[in-house]
Amino acid sequence: MTKNLRVKTSKFIDETYKISFKFNRTTYYGYKGDTLASALLANDVHLVGRSFKYHRPRGIMTAGSEEPNAIVQLHNNSARTEPNVRATEIEIYEGLEASSQNCWPSVNFDIGGINNFLSPVLPAGFYYKTFMWPASFWEKYEYFIRKSAGLGKSPTEPDPDIYEHKYIHCDVLVVGAGIAGILAAKTAAKNGFKTLLLDEKSYLGGSTIYQNIENHKINNQISNSWLEKEINEIKKLKNLEIKVRTSVAAFHGYNFLLARENLTDHLPLDQRKNKTRHRLLKIRAKKVIMATGSLERPLIFDNNDRPGILLSSAIEKYANLFGVACGEKGVLFTNNDSGYETAISLFQKGINIEAIIDNRENIDSKLIKEIEKNNIKVFKGYTVVNTSGYKRINNVSIMQLSKDGQKVVGPKLSIACDYLGISGGWTPAVHLFTQSGGKLKFRDEDQVFIPNIYSSDQISIGSCNGDFTLDEILSSIPNKLKEFLDLKKSDYDDLEVQSSFNKSKRNIWLLPSDKVIGKTKPFVDYQNDATAKDIKLALREGFRSIEHVKRYTTTGMGTDQGKLGNMHALGIISETAGSKMGELGTTTFRPPYTPLTFGTIVGRNVGEYFDIFRKTPIHEWHVQNKAEFENVGQWKRAWYYPKNGESMHNAVQRESKAARDSAGILDASTLGKIDIQGTDASEFLNRVYTNAWSKLAIGRCRYGLMLNEDGMVYDDGVTTRLDENHYIMTTTTGGAATVLGKLEDYLQTEWPELDVYLTSVTDHYATISVCGPNSKKIVSQVIPDLDFSDKSFPHMSFKNAKIDKIKCRVMRISFTGEQSYEINVQANYGKSVWEKCMEIGKEFNITPYGTETMHLLRAEKGFIIVGQDTDATMTPIDLQMDWIVSKKKYDFIGKRSLYRSDTIKEDRKQLVGLLTENPDEVLEEGAQIVADIKKSPIEMLGHVTSSYYSPNLKKSIALGVVRGGKNMIGHKLIIPMENKNINVTVADPVFLDKENKRINA
Amino acid sequence: MFVINCPYCGEREQSEFKAGGEAHIIRPKQPTELSDDEWAEYLFMRKNIKGVQFERWNHAHGCRKWFNVVRDTSNDAIKAVYKMGEKPPTY
Repeated sequence: MTKNLRVKTSKFIDETYKISFKFNRTTYYGYKGDTLASALLANDVHLVGRSFKYHRPRGIMTAGSEEPNAIVQLHNNSARTEPNVRATEIEIYEGLEASSQNCWPSVNFDIGGINNFLSPVLPAGFYYKTFMWPASFWEKYEYFIRKSAGLGKSPTEPDPDIYEHKYIHCDVLVVGAGIAGILAAKTAAKNGFKTLLLDEKSYLGGSTIYQNIENHKINNQISNSWLEKEINEIKKLKNLEIKVRTSVAAFHGYNFLLARENLTDHLPLDQRKNKTRHRLLKIRAKKVIMATGSLERPLIFDNNDRPGILLSSAIEKYANLFGVACGEKGVLFTNNDSGYETAISLFQKGINIEAIIDNRENIDSKLIKEIEKNNIKVFKGYTVVNTSGYKRINNVSIMQLSKDGQKVVGPKLSIACDYLGISGGWTPAVHLFTQSGGKLKFRDEDQVFIPNIYSSDQISIGSCNGDFTLDEILSSIPNKLKEFLDLKKSDYDDLEVQSSFNKSKRNIWLLPSDKVIGKTKPFVDYQNDATAKDIKLALREGFRSIEHVKRYTTTGMGTDQGKLGNMHALGIISETAGSKMGELGTTTFRPPYTPLTFGTIVGRNVGEYFDIFRKTPIHEWHVQNKAEFENVGQWKRAWYYPKNGESMHNAVQRESKAARDSAGILDASTLGKIDIQGTDASEFLNRVYTNAWSKLAIGRCRYGLMLNEDGMVYDDGVTTRLDENHYIMTTTTGGAATVLGKLEDYLQTEWPELDVYLTSVTDHYATISVCGPNSKKIVSQVIPDLDFSDKSFPHMSFKNAKIDKIKCRVMRISFTGEQSYEINVQANYGKSVWEKCMEIGKEFNITPYGTETMHLLRAEKGFIIVGQDTDATMTPIDLQMDWIVSKKKYDFIGKRSLYRSDTIKEDRKQLVGLLTENPDEVLEEGAQIVADIKKSPIEMLGHVTSSYYSPNLKKSIALGVVRGGKNMIGHKLIIPMENKNINVTVADPVFLDKENKRINA
Repeated sequence: MFVINCPYCGEREQSEFKAGGEAHIIRPKQPTELSDDEWAEYLFMRKNIKGVQFERWNHAHGCRKWFNVVRDTSNDAIKAVYKMGEKPPTY
């Protein structure tokens, strides 16, 4: 039977609103306002998970986002299940189901617990060291290691929830709504700054709001009631937007921050429908005020990880905010006054404390006096040396510390307990500050890193700046804010603050033990099971850099990023290595501060919204005619048109045959089109293409090859001279945008003297390509007014014409090797002209073909596709396209590179045709080409770039690049495949109609 | 993500821009007269400074204009922005 540890009503908990939830299949009850952790503790459940490596029982350790242990699997539905959710953050709702992770069959009986007893043989670097030998066995080890790696389970179905992104611009962003953040937000908003205040918790006021200690007063009121009034006031400010449950994940340069706003995770399941779950805020702030507070440090001693051991501040929060006791017999272990603040809070709530162990010896303060007044035993100058209790702490062993704090002395005392609070002082939460590029400095007197040099217009205030006590915070804030916001006065200039916190602290990173370290388990990183012993081992093995020690021991590499123990790791390293802490630096704090869901990161950019896709004006026709589509860049292009359940192969064979036998029609609208105008247009083309353009007559078309400055082929296409100073250039579909960008670059930066204007007109025209021996018959009926005779309209020429009243440009150009006409019309007429061609072409069996057939047809003709047969290492010479490189032109982009010592080498990879010994054997694109398979390793000569079965030639054809291939025509080579070797002969890349009879027919 | 003050449009997010590498590398007027080494110097050699660097940027998702930026690569602080052809400031 579980106990009820709800001790006293708290105003933050609504006891009239009872909520049932399930944890590890058991039903429990909590109240509105509870987190999963507080509700479990109220039911006396501490054991919530098993540790990563040793499967040790672990309990709730904190009350916030720094939680290393209480990470649970939420929901058991395969689409929404979520691993590694911090029980300390998730608010309970009706229907919540959570379970423990990293244990089997259950958290109470976990087979993996055997690792705890094997731990002497599982030191740091165990996996690195053990599974290295023999190297070839890695494949076998990997399966088992992967199986045991990771915490929790991923969902197996797509996430059904809605996420979104939102941009926010503000004058002042305040991160953290503790007392410092509240003061800052009010000051900024009241002085006309558009202010945004964010806090990861569900309430405002940080830890001050629930601390009810007589000794802490502001203007003669207890600090929490004073702050409550301030909070009520800021809620009325018009200039201030407040967002709770909003965790800042990243702080980038120029005050750009990313935050996750959690909108529905706290709602009952039936109230979440159609609501945005998480929102990623992309915030650009003119000024940023960091008030992120601080995290309490644990203390590092033997067996400091048992369920029932919590941070002292967490125990205080559970008592004050949630009205929950963490047990019935408490012991607190502290090295500073924070432990006494907890003790007072517990005492006020009637929660039992057996003893306080303080490692400071001669210490006195008002807080301590008050404790002693109430007959709570305080052991001064003592330390905990061990704890016992497997699934719940039941005892602590304490010993006196030597004067220097290096040893323990005297007899060992034992105190029975069922919970232990530990307080090692406070670490400023500087994670976001350092992410922004800020530099820290180490403050020796209390051993903390604090902000030192800012990288942008920002300040850190409050305890994240190392001001830990109420009087320090409130005395420094008004002046800091006035300076930062350039104000004459603030509301807080004359605050009267009373605080009785004694600042002294006795910092010992690794507390001494009566046992040798090898026999102890002082955990530094709870989630990744890294102990002080592991860190010392790493140092003994020669690791020096903190970054290396981190990776070797995995300290700080869990989902909590070592928020609790990283400082101790640093401390232990510097002590062991004898270096100074400040010189050692810290490991890099990387975003996100707390894990984000993938949904938050991608927002609405999923499924069909992942990327925009572009459709041609004829797209609907392709859809209606059952085309299969292919993505080309952002375009959806018709790939092939299967008829009556045809396979792709059969469809492509049919389409290819029809295009050569009678007529084919292709939607070529996606090709990039750039309108070029200006008195220097011809000169411009001369400079960007390898061939000469000055003599191209008006009304004629020319194929051009464009290189990079390094001489490698970049793009190709046909350009038509429409008028004296007017050209239209076509580019590859995928290259349109980058070609325009490159041309603009040259025009603006290298040749600003040229009078040339470039306009992208890709989307303005639909391009319909009709090819085949009957193409002329079809287009001459589509455009009856135009003279299509070869004399008047030869290959590579252009005519303006009209189809009814629709203006069109007709180019006689060919990418298939067939006689071919391209009709360009204003985009919105594209579909009707296409349909007209189809109608008229019916008697010639006009066959729509897609990109696959287009690729096959051009391969028969040996035409290259830039990006398929080339890969930015191919010069025109490598492509056997010497004919297109002008010898006369003084210069063009890439010319000089064509005779660099490397580009003139004879044994470069060159484009050739490949014919298989067996004409029915079709090669795989990408397959390797070799000459000799006996030699080991086999020397690779090149690879297959394009390969098809040609229905027109009735054999398999392929293009490929082969080292020195140009001089190997007729040579026999081998394509080694997994289960066979294919014999091929090197051939000319033009397989069909080398004489261009068909094109000119 | 930094903010760039486009000399034609004003302050915009970095995501609107495209980086164009080191600035003030002039394309040789007579490439054919250069040795392989001299041409390689133009073609391949780029500085990669930790500190103040002169760079070309293009407002790709805006006015599409190219211009120069002086940026400290160690902290992304932009020291100056100036148009193509303008005299570079000294740093």
